[in-house]
Amino acid sequence: MKKSVFLGTLAATTMLAGFAAAGTLEDVKARGELICGANVALTGFGAPDAEGNYVGFDVDLCKAVAAAVLGDASKVKYVPTTGETRFTALASGEVDVLIRNSTWTYSRDTDLKFDFVAVNYYDGQGFMVKKDLGVSSAKELDGATVCIQTGTTTELNLADFFKANNISYTPVTVGDDSEAQRQYEAGACDAFTTDASGLASNRTAMADPANHIILPEIISKEPLGPVVRHGDNNWGDIVRWTYYALVAAEEKGITKANIDQIAASTTDPEVKRILGLEGDMGAMMGLDAEWAKRAIAASGNYGEIFEANIGAATPIGLARGLNAQWTQGGLQYAPPFR
Amino acid sequence: MTKSSLSFVRRDMLAPQSAPVTERGAVKWLRENLFSSIGNSVLTILGLLVLFWIVQASLPWLLNGVWQANSLGECRTIIAATAGEGASGACWAMIAQRWNQFMFGFYPKTDYWRPILSFALMFVALTPVLYYGLRRAAMLMVGTVGVLAVLSLALVQTDGWHDALVAAVMLGLFAVAAIMPKKLVWVTLVFPAVGFFLLWGGSVWGPVGTLFGFGIWVAIWLVLQSRLGVVVPAAIGLVAASLWWLVLQTSVTTALHGIAPLGLTAIDSDQFGGFLLAFVIGVTAISASLPIGILLALGRQSDMLLIKTLSVGFIEFVRGVPLITMLFTASLLLQYFLPPRTNFDLILRVIILVSLFASAYIAEVIRGGLAALPRGQYEAADALGLDYWQAQRLIIMPQALKISIPGIVSSFIGLFKDTTLVALVGLADPLQGITKIVRADIAWKGIYWEPFIFVGAIFFLFCFGMSRYSMYLERKLKTDHR
Amino acid sequence: MALAADTPKDSFRLSMLIYDTRFRAITIQVIVLILVLLGIGWLVNNTIENLAAKDKDINFSFLFSRAGYDIDQQLIPYTNDSTHGRALVIGLLNTLVVAFFACIFATLIGVFAGVLRLSKNWLVGRLMTVYVEVFRNVPLLLWILLAFVIFSETMPEPKDFKTTQAMVDAGTTPAAQMILFDSVAITNRGTNIPAPLLERPLGGTEAFGVPINFSVLATLLVIAGSIWVNYLVRRRAKAVQEDTGIRPVTWWKSLLILIAPTLALLIAMGFHLEVPAFPMGENGVSKGFNFVGGINVAHSFTALLIALSLYHGTYIAEAVRSGILAISRGQTEAAYALGLRPGRTMSLIILPQALRVIIPPLISQFLNITKNTTLGVAISYLDLKGTLGGITLNQTGRELECMLLMMLIYLILSLLISSGMNVYNTAVKLKER
Repeated sequence: MKKSVFLGTLAATTMLAGFAAAGTLEDVKARGELICGANVALTGFGAPDAEGNYVGFDVDLCKAVAAAVLGDASKVKYVPTTGETRFTALASGEVDVLIRNSTWTYSRDTDLKFDFVAVNYYDGQGFMVKKDLGVSSAKELDGATVCIQTGTTTELNLADFFKANNISYTPVTVGDDSEAQRQYEAGACDAFTTDASGLASNRTAMADPANHIILPEIISKEPLGPVVRHGDNNWGDIVRWTYYALVAAEEKGITKANIDQIAASTTDPEVKRILGLEGDMGAMMGLDAEWAKRAIAASGNYGEIFEANIGAATPIGLARGLNAQWTQGGLQYAPPFR
Repeated sequence: MTKSSLSFVRRDMLAPQSAPVTERGAVKWLRENLFSSIGNSVLTILGLLVLFWIVQASLPWLLNGVWQANSLGECRTIIAATAGEGASGACWAMIAQRWNQFMFGFYPKTDYWRPILSFALMFVALTPVLYYGLRRAAMLMVGTVGVLAVLSLALVQTDGWHDALVAAVMLGLFAVAAIMPKKLVWVTLVFPAVGFFLLWGGSVWGPVGTLFGFGIWVAIWLVLQSRLGVVVPAAIGLVAASLWWLVLQTSVTTALHGIAPLGLTAIDSDQFGGFLLAFVIGVTAISASLPIGILLALGRQSDMLLIKTLSVGFIEFVRGVPLITMLFTASLLLQYFLPPRTNFDLILRVIILVSLFASAYIAEVIRGGLAALPRGQYEAADALGLDYWQAQRLIIMPQALKISIPGIVSSFIGLFKDTTLVALVGLADPLQGITKIVRADIAWKGIYWEPFIFVGAIFFLFCFGMSRYSMYLERKLKTDHR
Repeated sequence: MALAADTPKDSFRLSMLIYDTRFRAITIQVIVLILVLLGIGWLVNNTIENLAAKDKDINFSFLFSRAGYDIDQQLIPYTNDSTHGRALVIGLLNTLVVAFFACIFATLIGVFAGVLRLSKNWLVGRLMTVYVEVFRNVPLLLWILLAFVIFSETMPEPKDFKTTQAMVDAGTTPAAQMILFDSVAITNRGTNIPAPLLERPLGGTEAFGVPINFSVLATLLVIAGSIWVNYLVRRRAKAVQEDTGIRPVTWWKSLLILIAPTLALLIAMGFHLEVPAFPMGENGVSKGFNFVGGINVAHSFTALLIALSLYHGTYIAEAVRSGILAISRGQTEAAYALGLRPGRTMSLIILPQALRVIIPPLISQFLNITKNTTLGVAISYLDLKGTLGGITLNQTGRELECMLLMMLIYLILSLLISSGMNVYNTAVKLKER
């Protein structure tokens, strides 16, 4: 009986697919909506709130891209992806861009045919243990039980780390972040390992944060960033430069609040170029002149997005650390807009 | 021997004595039902111990429950304040705050009337299937569903005129049920399109166009059927309808939408969640799997070797692999099998794969029904000169389907429970998906038992209700004499 | 014959393909065949095009490359240096072991609950009804998650078993104690049970990546041999009974035959149990994070096993109940008339007959159990879905190959189980003449 529904929709979608153009940018423009692969449940980075609206650090980047391309930050459709389904969703064209705490690795970049266009968060894998365990270094964890999230690079790093230090461990693989935290809190594992940002956000969410310590060892480099399909370079450029516009905006002191004011009064030629007051930067990527202005106006510059979602004032309370501007001793460095 | 030597003969009856205390009342019941033997007594005591243990473990926790709080921490403070330090208690406040997500996912709040109305219409559509032409039963069913729909609308507090609209629709249908209950079958026929339109919204012309395609199919079949039999006109009709769906429909409906832009706000599939998602997947899959299942069951019984092999192969393949692999096929592999750049959303892909999965099980249920029919029924149909399709339609299927109803219902129950697995491919099912999202909120991080119990209780209510109803149907439909 | 020969031979007309029942079947089959081939061709063509568009190929060589991840439950040796193919075998074995035990426990629970549900004892009957209805009407996934959460939330942590310096000083004992003569410890990480160890093992070898342990093989052979000899003894006893009417006493012979050879072999190999314990430091203070020695059964295994057994136990209970109810009341009455007690009636008269009704649904439950082990993925039990269809798929990005391989393996597994059980079913089926 309900076959009609399938056939109808199937017909409609096939038709839609029929006149889809070649480039992702054209697809997005024709659709009038950006489809963003998002995290379903990582507090601070990407998760729906009580109203079902996605919020978070990664989500704000999606909004900025939508604002740059479509002129409206709300024209984003978030497709919930899991650790297992995210890359397939991107490869199959189900999502236009994947902004979901994905680590840039060699094999993902080459073998899986993706392009990591930037690093929006520099992270590293760490360990959290309870204070009363009496451990002060990860190298003392010989024989311990360690909770790891599956479907990530974490389990490989962990295996490598213990092998390199010639100590043993029992892995407890866990499906998602909140489950890992539950098991760790219940004492089902001695140590909990994931990206240091995740550890920090988990620690603050606990009833007794003071009783947990994050060990000094950071055992891996986890550059997390937006991913696009390999081969569509223009689309990659758009996502990359939207991101760099946010970083540059912070460097130049352009915020959500003062952007119009600055646009009216600035004399800095680079700011003028970013805000589309001079040159034709947008046209080089197939966008209009004010693309970057809209992207910055959507949720603010990089610093604002950071502070609003995961910064020191939020319950997650992450310090900028490596993610500070290069002028502040961090790694966030936008190439020149020229 | 004289008369006087006769012993005493009682002439008046003794008043009946009450039974000994061990043979009456509660004592008798206890003796017979609980302590009839040593083994039984041991069992009873063990049973009582188990009961006591369960109650002792869970009752304080349930009684200390908190309904009003904004976070888990607040809950714990309240419990500590009311029940003493260290007491454990349930934090139902999470349910009180987030119940709408468990029910509807992220469906827009102002549009809750749409799923509720389509859910009510589903029961109206079922009425003629269950009680064809029975006026009182139809009135009762439509009336009850209507009242419940309006009540639940009042509960979710949508705006007034939508309540009025739903009430008017249900009242109209009630009138139809009262005056000409047989006409309700039209609701059944158009329900798939109406339900789709209500849930997903968009232009009204899309579903109308799809229905029109079915109209073409039926019309062609009716015209040609007298001359060409059953199969050939059906095939021609299908080809014509497919032509309409694939080639013409989009342009025609777009044009119509340009002329008369009627419709509801379109709602994306990814806003579906909770029990709404479970129902949409369950109901769509089971209704789509019925026709496929019937064809597969007939195919499996066919004399044609190829058809039989294909049917058996399909059924055994699907029954041999776990549902999870089908779901992951939907999420990971289906893209590979479809033309490049075809793209439709995950829920639809899941529904298609789940329907295929269910159809293999339904086929087996119906095969059981077919096998239960005495051989004589087939022979009698042949003797009457009925051809294959006439025999199926008039003699075989009505009986086989009747026997299969309990099996179909239990397949549905199984499928409904299995919809929880869609969480593994990232959809927001009530058990894992929504719970995970709720736990991602800092306020509710670390809440475990309450969502399990809440979701489990709702599943239990639905599944238990359905299984009881199917048992009732089984008894009612049992017309053979044993 | 003459009549048949006389029928006029129609010349073949094209319309006969549709109207003539002799040809119509062929026509339909040819059309269906063409459609099916077209459909398959379309799918294959799409797949090739899609693979080409993504610059991918179908290649199973990843099975021979280093896996790089660890698996906590391994029945045969595995390290993160092993191959993805080896991880697949580990996963498959994990699937099989949980399915095997779940089938056994579900059957036991099912028979128990099914019989008790018909008990005359009101309370027990009701309790069993409640058990069956509650468990079968709630999704299995919920039971799996719940069992897992109960284990990790209510059991003591391993550190509660440790003796600290403070405890030594105060002369107190740790908060949690091991059970069963200090041999088993249930922590919130897993169940630590003693491991059987051999001092003088017979060695082993490896064939096709599967290790063969001669000690285990020898023990199995001896056990099988003892059972066979025991069967011979019993057959002889039966023959004597048929001849003379007196059955010779065999129980001590059986006992001896069944136990002595195995025991002797185990003693010869130096069999002993290694009890799990915390490593001891100075002054009786325990060190380390976990129990050392013995076998650690992870709770993901136990929870999956318990949930599967309880959930499918209800379906088996229903099958058993309807099987028993299907046996006519006269059988029970006849048994009572012969003076059999209710328990004997059930085990000698009713159950053997009910078995024929019970077995077909039982087979389908065994199949369901095997397929439902995949739900272990929700609690990260690393079965076939967890290794091949989970981590391997993720790390290699070869979803097409992994999924196809996984489906194929499950299909073969299902077909093997159902054909095996069908053989048994035909064996016990009522022989109708």
